[in-house]
Amino acid sequence: MCVDFVSGQRMQPFLVHTGLVAPLDRANVDTDAIIPKQFLKSIKRSGFGPNLFDAWRYLDRGEPGMDNAGRPRNPQFVLNEPRYQGASILLARRNFGCGSSREHAPWALCDFGFRALIAPSYADIFNNNCYKNGLLPIVLPEAQVDRLFADTAAFPGFRLTIDLEGQRVSTVDGSLAFDFEIEPFRKHCLKHGLDDIGLTLQHADAIRTFETKRLAEQPWLA
Amino acid sequence: MQRTLYDKLWDSHVVREEADGTALLYIDRHLVHEVTSPQAYEGLRLAGRRPWRVESVVATADHNTPTKDWNLGITDPVSRTQVETLDANIREYGAKAYFPFLDRRQGIVHVIGPEQGATLPGMTVVCGDSHTSTHGAFAALAFGIGTSEVEHVLATQCLLMKKAKSMLVRVDGCLPPGVTAKDLALAVIGRLGTAAGTGYAIEFGGEAVRALSMEARMTLCNMAIEAGARSGMVAVDERTIDYVRGRPLAPTAANWDRAVAHWRTLVSDDGAAFDVTHVFDASTMSPQVTWGTSPEMVVPVDGRVPDPDRAGDATRREGIERALAYMGLEPNAPMTSIKIDKVFIGSCTNSRIEDLREAAAVARGRRVAGNVRLAMVVPGSGMVKAQAEAEGLDRVFVDAGFEWREPGCSMCLAMNDDRLEPGERCASTSNRNFEGRQGAGGRTHLVSPAMAAAAAVEGHFVDVRRLR
Repeated sequence: MCVDFVSGQRMQPFLVHTGLVAPLDRANVDTDAIIPKQFLKSIKRSGFGPNLFDAWRYLDRGEPGMDNAGRPRNPQFVLNEPRYQGASILLARRNFGCGSSREHAPWALCDFGFRALIAPSYADIFNNNCYKNGLLPIVLPEAQVDRLFADTAAFPGFRLTIDLEGQRVSTVDGSLAFDFEIEPFRKHCLKHGLDDIGLTLQHADAIRTFETKRLAEQPWLA
Repeated sequence: MQRTLYDKLWDSHVVREEADGTALLYIDRHLVHEVTSPQAYEGLRLAGRRPWRVESVVATADHNTPTKDWNLGITDPVSRTQVETLDANIREYGAKAYFPFLDRRQGIVHVIGPEQGATLPGMTVVCGDSHTSTHGAFAALAFGIGTSEVEHVLATQCLLMKKAKSMLVRVDGCLPPGVTAKDLALAVIGRLGTAAGTGYAIEFGGEAVRALSMEARMTLCNMAIEAGARSGMVAVDERTIDYVRGRPLAPTAANWDRAVAHWRTLVSDDGAAFDVTHVFDASTMSPQVTWGTSPEMVVPVDGRVPDPDRAGDATRREGIERALAYMGLEPNAPMTSIKIDKVFIGSCTNSRIEDLREAAAVARGRRVAGNVRLAMVVPGSGMVKAQAEAEGLDRVFVDAGFEWREPGCSMCLAMNDDRLEPGERCASTSNRNFEGRQGAGGRTHLVSPAMAAAAAVEGHFVDVRRLR
């Protein structure tokens, strides 16, 4: 989507989202697995979706420039199962997104169609990168995540509604609901799809004052 | 109020703070490489913004660059485009220093930063690269960022972030001979796990850490991210100051004395409180070898491949089973029984001159075993390469059957032509043994440089101390 630099909006705002849930039942999923290195040679932000989880999703070896539609799929991989086609919420295990800082990982998740993640924990850099791209990484306690894995398996077409304002994840019929925490500033940026560079530049004078003083006191930093 | 080193580094860079604790943190040094910067410069361009302070930028091309046949240039057109895009961006926007492909000072960004004196104590250092934690060895607050944050730093010289919690990893006693900072890092990760540092900044302290050289401290801090911590750090001492003195970008004359006086304050105060402290005994540690697909899946070289039936919970058991299937290993096999196909000595973890000396000391007068298809040594920078050649280390390696390559990230992440083929097993001095990290289907075992050289000459893992 295009960036509106007048309004400072560059991400799709996140308000309420209802979507199909896909489960990825393994801990410590690293960003090398989310988007393998050969696809990092791109100088664009888009087009990574077809190569999300490339080594798990396809049976052949993926390279940039391949026609992904014609590649053999791994029928064992969860995102290839017919029941999870069109999923927009990824249910995952602890320490999701560990390893490399590559922002190509959330770019690939977004490009594939995910709007939110649910897991017990995320690696720090990945967590930051998600927020920068309007992808909501929800943290729920292990027991609640276990429950969602069980329900996703038990009920084909299992969908969840994520209400960012109310900070709540619930089943569509409301029979199950879990509250989640989010930092107020991050919530604000997600809700409004804000470009935080624009927000930071509102404090340009404070930055300049700080910088001038710092470089005067420690001139070797100049 | 006593403050930790992290408190001091944090406090001295806060421009302003929101009510919820979100701070605007000033960034002194911005390291840039070709993989995570093109989209950031593009964003800057689209928004009509200029870099806030180009003097903060030090750039190099390292991830995509080939490690041989430099006369041919970069033959992969996609890689070449990415490197040329960095050339163009630096040309357009400028930098304090740029070490492009073919420059004699080019190299892995986390090797050249300290080498050039671009990394100084007390700085905030960022890079679109998770191993930026390396620079914490200089009592700098150094951490990896994503590409949006690269753009943010370019545009504002700041980052929006919340202060992390503090963790002290105190390592008492002395590392036995033959046991290195890499083994220490792996042993720490093996006990704490790869997520223990999530949300924390780690300070490494204690007798064993004080005894490490600066290069060894870089190896240790480099691996902080593999424990989940964005930043790892070590307090300033005489070793820090001695290392920085005389580097090309280090302060000189009166500035040097002022800087040193300031740097000496960059230690945790006696009695400063950490949110959590973990204590280790270095004297009981031995050389480490990873067996699985996460750095926490590690055992001493005299240990065995774990048995999933003895794992605590179901997620852990499935994790072990999946890792053993990927790695092609049987439960309970002795680590020393595992034969290897390739050896990689290099990466931002272990490609500095001391690493190469340690590996060469093992390789000297020996030959790479017949079952090892390729053993390669990739120096961390052109300067490391030149130093190694001046010491004759290149001859030692070549005479032993190793390939002596040009500097770069190389087979740590296999973005260039250096990679494992499916099923190939590698003794690697790099930092990640994730599935496919060194090539699709490749099997990585993380070790120290001496242990990698020992595996190369024996053809399987072996306690390097037995070779000496």
